[in-house]
Amino acid sequence: MAEQPLSDVRILDLTWHIAGPNCTKFFADYGADVIKVEKPGEGDPARRLGPFHEDDPHPEKSGLFLYLNTNKRGITLNLKTQTGKRILKDLVKDVDILVENFSPHVMPSIGLDYETLEKVNPKLVMTSVSNFGQTGPYRSFKASEIIIYGMGGAMCTTGVGDCEPVKKGMNVIQYQGGTMAAAATMIALYAARAQGIGQHVDVSLMETQMSSIDRRMSELLAYEYNNELTPRMDIAGLLQYPYGIFPCADGYVDVAGGFMFLNRIERVLKVPLMEKYGGVNQFNMERREEFMGTIWYPWVMERTRREAVEACQAARVMSAPINTTEDLLKEPQFQERGFWAEADHPVVGRLTCPGRPALCTELPWEIRRPAPLLGEHNEEVYTSLGYSKEDLVKLREGRII
Amino acid sequence: MAKLPLEGIRVVGMTQMWAGPIAEMHLADWGAEVIKVESLHYLAVGTRGPAPRHAKYAVDFVKGGYAAYLKEGYDEVNGRPWNRSCMFNVHGRNKLSCTVDPMRPKGKEILRRLLQVSDIFIESNQPGVMENLGLTYDVIKDWNPKIIMVSMSGFGQSGPLKYYRALGAHQEDFLGHTYLRGYIDRDVTANSAIYHGDEASGTTATFIIVMALHQRNRTGKGMFIDISQTEATMLQLGEAIMDYTMNKRITERTGNRDLYGAVQGCYRCRGEDRWVCITIRTDKEWQGFCRALGHPDWTREDKFSDAFKRWHNHDELDKHIEEWTSQHDHFAVMRMLQNEGVAAGPVEHPDDAYNDPQMNDRGFFETVTHPECGTHRYPGLAYRMSKTPNHIRRPAVRLGEHNEYVYKHILGVSDEEYAELEKEGHIGMDLVPGLEIGKYKAE
Repeated sequence: MAEQPLSDVRILDLTWHIAGPNCTKFFADYGADVIKVEKPGEGDPARRLGPFHEDDPHPEKSGLFLYLNTNKRGITLNLKTQTGKRILKDLVKDVDILVENFSPHVMPSIGLDYETLEKVNPKLVMTSVSNFGQTGPYRSFKASEIIIYGMGGAMCTTGVGDCEPVKKGMNVIQYQGGTMAAAATMIALYAARAQGIGQHVDVSLMETQMSSIDRRMSELLAYEYNNELTPRMDIAGLLQYPYGIFPCADGYVDVAGGFMFLNRIERVLKVPLMEKYGGVNQFNMERREEFMGTIWYPWVMERTRREAVEACQAARVMSAPINTTEDLLKEPQFQERGFWAEADHPVVGRLTCPGRPALCTELPWEIRRPAPLLGEHNEEVYTSLGYSKEDLVKLREGRII
Repeated sequence: MAKLPLEGIRVVGMTQMWAGPIAEMHLADWGAEVIKVESLHYLAVGTRGPAPRHAKYAVDFVKGGYAAYLKEGYDEVNGRPWNRSCMFNVHGRNKLSCTVDPMRPKGKEILRRLLQVSDIFIESNQPGVMENLGLTYDVIKDWNPKIIMVSMSGFGQSGPLKYYRALGAHQEDFLGHTYLRGYIDRDVTANSAIYHGDEASGTTATFIIVMALHQRNRTGKGMFIDISQTEATMLQLGEAIMDYTMNKRITERTGNRDLYGAVQGCYRCRGEDRWVCITIRTDKEWQGFCRALGHPDWTREDKFSDAFKRWHNHDELDKHIEEWTSQHDHFAVMRMLQNEGVAAGPVEHPDDAYNDPQMNDRGFFETVTHPECGTHRYPGLAYRMSKTPNHIRRPAVRLGEHNEYVYKHILGVSDEEYAELEKEGHIGMDLVPGLEIGKYKAE
């Protein structure tokens, strides 16, 4: 078996919460040695966010933290002390990458900005992930998942017209910012290895949304081209053969019929729709209502999700069941492809979590170790820097580690 | 001056819709020579507009929205709507395009020669398409053992859903994202199709591809990479999945509410369809919020006096908040609250975004002149690098724009052969009328 692709990469990880840790997770899971630096005593705030294993709000039991920090080694270090800063600079000498997602004023205010660190390690790739970027009038503004989506993303067209715009699920905007930061960091690392140049990578979460292909960029350009704003609408209500999400016998199904696939919908329903209601030009609201009431809803309501989706897919109509996380875990597709990964954690025991982003024998992905306990690798990391056990006791007493 | 990070890497793309093309865009932005291989007989679905065939009705039929074409100055006789699509012209920048009909032996031979001198081959077609074209990794690796081939389909190259058809929206249905978004008080049918899956899997693919180049530099070996767009997107729902695997709990949607108990919502502002998002996490932020409003009486009520009470009276609190926000402009609400240390931001329609002070200060939008679309402002780079500053270097590529370069310069095709390929409908910049996919039989 091939060696893990990033086994020759070392990363100093000052990240916390979601976006930053998701960036370094990609590297850690593909073999990089990632040293995660946490605040002594408290650690990453994600440790205090749920869901918790068996609902016990313990800092070693946060599902969010356990998922985002697999394969990382964990140390604690107080970056606000002189000794802490000195130790950090020692660590920077020997790494390829440093990732941080503090507010932009933090690193300069503690004397650890890129210009300083570049002198310590000229080949360093330093990635800074922030809400709005390292520069500009909003750089110190506060934000949250919904605010980043609202300002940067296509939230204005997410939801239905008679309601307020609605955010995406969970924390996907911050995760996506981290995924984008991973791609940016990998590209910068490639340049560092090929050309010997280190540099500062500036990732703004707002811009990761403003440049999203989830339809945001195209809606921006549609306005620029035609001076038209995209309306926020419920696609199921469009003047179309079935298109959208519909209730069925055991839940909901999503079916993309529309006009382009009219002949395929005819094959699904076994009704000559074109003859009965006409094509693009003859299909009106009255005809749509009759079609939906007498043909479509009776057909879909008496079928289960599986039956409806299989019938549609057999006629090459794009369709899918609306799954919960339980349905997802039971879906044979992902089990058969060996997607789920397992880790043994000293506090919570065996964990199942989402696995590799890609399947490739030359790019082995593996959970070598679970997320670190707070300060778990202090001794290992600091002794390798030349500190003795007595030094460690002193550092601990001085609340530096 | 440093070179762009991926200069010297050649990428061949035969991709559809958005997920594959956005990966190509990131690679092209950072210096790779990305050659889109397209056909004059059939346009890959959802790339150069929503439909594989184009006519005047297609330009008119799409009213507004992301699937629109540039309408101004459209010439029905000579117009090429496929070069004017908003779906394509946002990610087509910095790329090259050549045309070839991969269904015929001569076209296949051209592809073989191109793949022999390329580093990466990306395709995002339904499984089966590459087999039909005879372009599987088993075949290609004999032509070029060092090539990195990436297939990114909806569900991957194996498993019972291998052949299922899906857009980003349907992948999200499968992986549980659709269920987790939408309104608390309405069922899941009150929803709009979003394409987070295209964005998430396309960005993931970018990381994987550059990492594969890094690995190839170490081992000298080419490889085949199977990316399931659904799996790549699922990585972003980590904690919802963990709640099920750890606690057997099904996560439910929370609408615009915060997952961790802050006061949060999207509130109406002055003007037509203008909104602001607000998140109030701590007591300190709550006090800042009250200051911004000038301490109206309701803010002093006991039922809003601590975080726990605010959470339990959230509906009532929302009414008070909206009563205030609806008197103000959405950007004004942001400034008033941010000045007091409260997280708030407007929901930006495209007109807001183009005028946004932050976006303009950072020069996010770039003015680009496209030969068939004129001069416009386009969304720019997704991230910045200090030593390799970068811009949109070329407008969205037109269909077949770089045929001469690809055929003559890269492949060394003679002028005579080039003319013949042109006559046979491989090379050109206009679709061949009346010819559609499926009409060809192997010669």
